[in-house]
Amino acid sequence: MGYPNELKYTREHEWVKADGKTATVGITNYAQEQLGDIVFVELPKVGAEVSKGKSFGTVESVKSVSEIFAPVSGKVAAINEALATAPEKINNDAHGSWMIRIEVKDPAELNGLLSAADYEKFIAEEQGH
Amino acid sequence: MRYLPKSPQDREQMLREIGVASIDELFSHIPDEYRLNRDLKVTRQLAESEIVDYFQQRAAECAAGYANFLGAGAYNHYRPVVVDSLISRGEFFTAYTPYQAEIAQGTLQAIFEFQSMICELTGMEVANASMYDGSTAVPEAVMMAMRITGRSGAVVARSLHPEYREVLGTYSKYQGIPVAEVPFLANGRVDLKVLDQATSDQTACVVIQSPNFFGTIEDVTAVADVAHKKGALLIVSIAEAISLGIVKPPAEADIVAMEAQSFGVPLGFGGPYAGVIATREKFVRQIPGRLVGQTVDQQGHRGFVLTLATREQHIKREKATSNICTNQALAATMATIFMTIYGREGFRELAGHNLAKAHYAAQQFGKKAKVLFEGAPRFNEFVVQTSEDPHIINNRLLAKNIIGGFSLQKFYPELGNAAVWCCTEMTTREQIDAAVQAVAQ
Amino acid sequence: MSHKKFKKVRPHPSQNEGLIFEKSSPGKKAYKLPPLDVPQVDAAKLLGSAGRQDLGNMPEVSEFEIIRHFTRLSTWNYAIDLGMYPLGSCTMKYNARVNEAVARIAGLANAHPYQPEKMSQGALRILKLLSDYLLEITGMEAITLQPAAGAHGEMTGILLIRAYLESKGNPRKKILIPDSAHGTNPATAAICGYTVENLKSNSAGMVDVSALAAQMNEDVAGIMLTNPNTLGIFEEEIHKIADILHEKGGLLYMDGANMNALVGKTRPGDFGVDVMHLNLHKTFSTPHGGGGPGSGPVACKKHLEPFLPVPVVVTKADGSLGFNYDRPKAIGRVRMFYGNFGMHVRALAYIMANGYDGLRLTTEDAVLNANYIRKKLEDVYEVPYKTPSMHEVILSHHRQARQGVKTGDIAKRLIDYGFHPYTTAFPLIVADHGAMMIEPTESESKEEMDLFIEAMRAIAEEAQNEPETILKAPQTTRVSRLDEVTAARKPILRWKPEKT
Repeated sequence: MGYPNELKYTREHEWVKADGKTATVGITNYAQEQLGDIVFVELPKVGAEVSKGKSFGTVESVKSVSEIFAPVSGKVAAINEALATAPEKINNDAHGSWMIRIEVKDPAELNGLLSAADYEKFIAEEQGH
Repeated sequence: MRYLPKSPQDREQMLREIGVASIDELFSHIPDEYRLNRDLKVTRQLAESEIVDYFQQRAAECAAGYANFLGAGAYNHYRPVVVDSLISRGEFFTAYTPYQAEIAQGTLQAIFEFQSMICELTGMEVANASMYDGSTAVPEAVMMAMRITGRSGAVVARSLHPEYREVLGTYSKYQGIPVAEVPFLANGRVDLKVLDQATSDQTACVVIQSPNFFGTIEDVTAVADVAHKKGALLIVSIAEAISLGIVKPPAEADIVAMEAQSFGVPLGFGGPYAGVIATREKFVRQIPGRLVGQTVDQQGHRGFVLTLATREQHIKREKATSNICTNQALAATMATIFMTIYGREGFRELAGHNLAKAHYAAQQFGKKAKVLFEGAPRFNEFVVQTSEDPHIINNRLLAKNIIGGFSLQKFYPELGNAAVWCCTEMTTREQIDAAVQAVAQ
Repeated sequence: MSHKKFKKVRPHPSQNEGLIFEKSSPGKKAYKLPPLDVPQVDAAKLLGSAGRQDLGNMPEVSEFEIIRHFTRLSTWNYAIDLGMYPLGSCTMKYNARVNEAVARIAGLANAHPYQPEKMSQGALRILKLLSDYLLEITGMEAITLQPAAGAHGEMTGILLIRAYLESKGNPRKKILIPDSAHGTNPATAAICGYTVENLKSNSAGMVDVSALAAQMNEDVAGIMLTNPNTLGIFEEEIHKIADILHEKGGLLYMDGANMNALVGKTRPGDFGVDVMHLNLHKTFSTPHGGGGPGSGPVACKKHLEPFLPVPVVVTKADGSLGFNYDRPKAIGRVRMFYGNFGMHVRALAYIMANGYDGLRLTTEDAVLNANYIRKKLEDVYEVPYKTPSMHEVILSHHRQARQGVKTGDIAKRLIDYGFHPYTTAFPLIVADHGAMMIEPTESESKEEMDLFIEAMRAIAEEAQNEPETILKAPQTTRVSRLDEVTAARKPILRWKPEKT
């Protein structure tokens, strides 16, 4: 599966769709492959503050829990309620399943994110090790 | 040694195959300075007959054959023989925790039935597979309420079992959880006015016991209103589970933290018992302890598995909902069998006997002494206040092979010469009459 | 697939049995109460609005159906009575029947915890004798039998440390825990108000002592160590570890889960441990019961004694035994009453049946068995740590993983060969979550172990030649590969009647 060019990526395997003041965040296909069947997603409440690099929620498979990290700081404007009843959407279409929308505090933070090509290289190295 | 299934020959052959000359070599990496070079100072090997003899002698030193008016968190109910016949099957009691579902369907289904029946009895939507006991279920429920509400702070009725409150005190002291206590009224019920004052928007939960330590049934609806008005959760602790046969279950509670010892678990000098936490479905991911869930296998056959394991210590480690690992599964299985034996009609009849015995006893005691906390309904316990010290009365009773009620002097000194008495279906009229006679002679 | 291939006895897979609710029918009953010898009461009148109308869907079945139901369910369980559990750090040993018999003697089984002390001397003597024996076995100086299980004991032990340090002016902030630790360790530290800092293991699988020396400071309250550790390896430098802690005022907590490798050969109190818990349901043979009850006594050195939970057993002036509640420095209670007394009885019976020589021989056999299995499998499975094993051995799925066969798959295939799986994927420090943790215990005969070895070798061969067989396992059980994903996504946690 390719990694869409219009998205940006983090080393913690989140994808980001930046749109001026808002950043929409999800986890990448690589992440969902590693996790296996996702059974539960824990997301923050609308209005909560998130900080770049800090955990804002978790994704659970039957036997593991992984934290999801905010790629940028800001306030949670919206969360994807559908994931509460159908977390498997992430397995089926990771890049099309958004988790939260953040009102970005400092757009400069978006600059540090990886491009699709860089991300693909990054995961190839991870797998290689 | 008769438990060790190897012959000297076997040992020798194994040592040879491993490639060492003696068993000592396998311990040689333990530094010399730590090695024990003498025998442990414990008993020599005893024959089985000697072991049985030892314990029979100890049992004889333990009030065997005495009738008993003690309740106060541990209840003397009849244990149908079928309970032990079944749980003594090696497949139940020597089985491990059911992590490998394919070869543990027996344990898993029994626990699923346990969870289901606890829900039926308590009016809750989901129940776990057991906690250590009723006393530790309370702090676990409080911590659960804190996680759910995001608040810290519990308001607790003083009529909650004193030892339960002590345990909560230990857990809350070290986690910095503020706990406020609310007094009881002359009718034995929690003081709603004080409760209202003590509960704020910082309170995670209100904790009451019903029937409480005095046997009084709380007005759960009214307490729930106070708690919920302030956004706090209501935790109801139940120590005498048989009450659920005839007393309205605490359906307005958010969490029920109960003790299931009354359901066929022996008194056993205080343990092992079987705590349970039951709650609403929406809180299920915050519930501590194991949960058994129903599912299907590859062929579509129904089966059961431990589920929502990500809450637990072996996965979430320091972020787990609790550190509990081993629970009280076999005691819960005893409870399952007990609940099945009595069932729908039996529970009501059994609870009815308890109610009748205690009511008769309270009436009789009332003729010779003061029965406290009138004005609110009770189940199978009641408090009697006497002119004499309860210990004197109890000593008189011991001569008749009867153990009297539990003196409240230590935990509720303001009640003076008072004791809480419990009557179950095991208590006979003769014993009640003898006990009443011993009072105020 | 021919069943002749499998020599090992197995549970009965073919019983069909629904939920007890599905057998329920109004009017069936399994109980009979004696006639009421006091006047009947009008519950509705007595209880008013506190009364209950209906018990809803509680089942109604007859006694024999109950016997059949639970007997059939039991035939679906594997159990120690049927065969070996090679589960690492679980110490699944024989649950002796004399333990069960003595626990059921009426005077002990029916003793109410609040009955007068003078009527409870028998129970108190049991508590005291067991305490004395456990102190001798551990080399410690004081003990509480109150905690209900290992994790509960851990909590008690860490609270003792906390209370002790508080009495010295500063409870401190952190507990160090090796990356090989059991999950209850960090969960416990968190519940006691400490943050957890990871302690790295060296390549031999032991604590990296120089790393510890660097990490140790006045913010560290203590370290939680399992010894032997979860790799089955004895921490040879444990006295140095204790010294590093003690020098800066910290304490050494030992998780006693692996005591089966130490009893009679060495004592934690002698190698610097300040406080530890025991698992009576592991080392001391009390039954697992499908997940509990257990018992987790906590033993400590003198300096922690004042903080033990109340009550403690004391000998009174007249020579009788009693409970002392007057302990101002105590951490409080960790549960009501005195502990899982039924387990205390069983553990004491175990110690009596073994005696000092039986206990030592038990430990020796436990270590002999684990090393035998290691020797017979080390050519087909990778042994990630070359250090000597004690009572358990860690293998890894490294070789088999090349064919796409992992520890969890091998474990499931082992079921087809008649065994319960070993502990999979733990400890976490074994690379690639590939751990296979095997602890036979002393209760296994050479015959049973040879069957286990044969099974493991056969699976290794299957991994080479027909890995698909392994991936489809288990194939001989009543249910296979239950859908845990749906069970977690859409949990069904209770029976509900079908909507008509």
